[in-house]
Amino acid sequence: MTTGYFFPHRHILGIDHLSVDDIHHILSTAESFKEISSRPIKKVPTLRGNTIINLFFEPSTRTRLSFEVAAKRMSADTFSISASTSSATKGETLIDTARNIAAMNPDTIIIRHSFSGAPHMLTRYVDAAIINAGDGTHEHPSQGLLDMLTVREHKGRLDGLKIAIIGDILHSRVAHSDILGFTKMGSDVFVYGPSTLIPRALDRLGAKVCSTLADAVADADVVMTLRIQKERQNDPLLPSFREYARQFGVTRDVVALAKDDALVMHPGPINRGIELMPDVADSGRSVILDQVTNGVAVRMALLYLVMGNAPVTG
Amino acid sequence: MSSNYLITNGRIIDPKNFRDEVADLLVRDGLLVKPSAEGLEDVTEIDAAGCWVVPGLIDMHVHLREPGEEYKEDILSGCRAAAAGGFTGVVCMPNTRPVNDNRSVTALILELAAGASARVYPVAAISKGSRGESLAEFGDLREAGAVAVSDDGLPVQDSQLMRRALEYATDFGLVVISHSEEPSLSHGSMNEGAVSTRLGLQGIPTIAESIMVYREIALAEYTGKPVHIAHVSTAMSTELIRSAKKRGVRVTAETTPHYFTLTEEAVEGYNTNAKMNPPLRSEEDRQAVLQGLADGTFDAIATDHAPHSILEKEVEFDAAANGIIGLETSLSLSLALVREGVINEKRLVELMSLNPATVLGLAAGTLSEGAPADITIIDPSAEFHYTEDKVVSKSKNSPFLGWKLRGRAVLTMVGGRITHSLLD
Repeated sequence: MTTGYFFPHRHILGIDHLSVDDIHHILSTAESFKEISSRPIKKVPTLRGNTIINLFFEPSTRTRLSFEVAAKRMSADTFSISASTSSATKGETLIDTARNIAAMNPDTIIIRHSFSGAPHMLTRYVDAAIINAGDGTHEHPSQGLLDMLTVREHKGRLDGLKIAIIGDILHSRVAHSDILGFTKMGSDVFVYGPSTLIPRALDRLGAKVCSTLADAVADADVVMTLRIQKERQNDPLLPSFREYARQFGVTRDVVALAKDDALVMHPGPINRGIELMPDVADSGRSVILDQVTNGVAVRMALLYLVMGNAPVTG
Repeated sequence: MSSNYLITNGRIIDPKNFRDEVADLLVRDGLLVKPSAEGLEDVTEIDAAGCWVVPGLIDMHVHLREPGEEYKEDILSGCRAAAAGGFTGVVCMPNTRPVNDNRSVTALILELAAGASARVYPVAAISKGSRGESLAEFGDLREAGAVAVSDDGLPVQDSQLMRRALEYATDFGLVVISHSEEPSLSHGSMNEGAVSTRLGLQGIPTIAESIMVYREIALAEYTGKPVHIAHVSTAMSTELIRSAKKRGVRVTAETTPHYFTLTEEAVEGYNTNAKMNPPLRSEEDRQAVLQGLADGTFDAIATDHAPHSILEKEVEFDAAANGIIGLETSLSLSLALVREGVINEKRLVELMSLNPATVLGLAAGTLSEGAPADITIIDPSAEFHYTEDKVVSKSKNSPFLGWKLRGRAVLTMVGGRITHSLLD
């Protein structure tokens, strides 16, 4: 890290707008915060007096809890609002909801929304820092960052690796953020899934689209599987979960094609026996729970950086 | 008020009469008459030096929103915007509330248009309620004043219904305008491609349009009846229309300034003023549309002027309504094509006046002696900054806000009545 580096972002909307230096800085900050979570008293006063609103328009257990834990370990005051998108569209608009929340002077709003770009829109209407906790099929930056932190911890680097991402790329904001992040850091991302679940022009994001599962996984350093959904809005994407598991599921045999020390990852929640076989998920190569632990540290770092925005040397 | 004018020193461009010359134009009692040196006592002179004097522009694809959505636009406000943009005639689509699918709605539209700043030519629905099930009463609608039929905004899914519409419409001299879209392929909110993938927005593939354009061509070719394809946006559609015309199929087509000016990149930042249907396409498609304008594949430039208020546009991108306003920017954006050498001046006038009139069978689009004095005077070099406070339309949903535009109408005249003037 260069001396006098200054984290330049007011909002965290996506990996897309983060530089290599930004990502290194976030991950290093997260690493330094990780130790807090292993203390007997897991709390520091860093963000005392700060108000953080979790505004979740989509159901979420893990991400929302992770942000709340992160905020509380930093002594911020957190409040969570769940709103279903459908009831919100019937009544108050997102902008009105956000303006009302903004009138209570929060420092940060963490938003999850089923529409891509919803967090970007909020930045035009409220003064608070906005953190995207997943928008539609666009990005999930904190997940991308925690994935990178997990890989960096285990591999010692983020460049020159082969990352295989298997499953529903089309609807996955996690895949999107991971592709942008890992390629930005100098690794190669290979993707594979049913052709119905591969978006058009994916190569322009920097991913290499493979035609077989073996091509994607061969000699990989990381095998990341994604949650599969059978149907979306009457779009006939897959005939059955049974067939998906047989043709595209990540089994022990598939992982055997990767490097001996390859990591198995999944953003959760897992459909066990469909996209990922239980013996693989629970194997010694699985770092799925490390991802969850690192999620708290990354989110502490993001909250700290957008609120503090202080110059850091190192 | 005098409706006698002598327009002097302008460059008259009148393709119908093979004219392109600096000359004077005399307007008497709302009609164009032969200029003479005598009897000019009651005539007001308009100096058009340095300007082009062309037959009044006609926009063959607009949404005036009345009846039903007057908070977005009404007939009078839409016609004021038309006049400001140099249009003397607007062809308004039937997706109002109620739908213009019967003579009483057509008659209401024409009644409300009395005294408006532009001539209003209503398009009636193809199917009752635009529900795509059964034919509307074309005979009644023609008698009431409809100039064409279309279920614009909603594609006619049923191919038999479309076939019957093409056949039955010719009994009444109505052209069928097709909003070409295969609905099962078009669930998204922008063009499918690299940008939709990057923004995480569900894409509408180009084939959603092109497949239906091909169906319309096949129906027109089989039945021998004419069809007009609205708002063409893709390279494949352009090529299909080009080759159909070569075979002698009675197909005509329009494209819009946004398809030849912008690409899908304009959606960046989730800009809802860049959301319309069909969506902005790739640069490759834009180039193909430009080629189609240059080589005569397209008959007309229309705007698909679609006013929406902030209620429909200041929302999440997926939730935003489709459509942008265009009446006040169309001429400037089209003049850029002349400057860039894509088309010449004569072709511009054909695309924006003569051809729309010809396709729809309107008595307009010429400066012939004896014709109503529908005239647009264009200053091709006038520059203006298009900002929200200058928008005449009730709605401000334009992707061109903030643009510095060049070339505009400095005077618009409908039947000898000045509806817009920037001249002293």
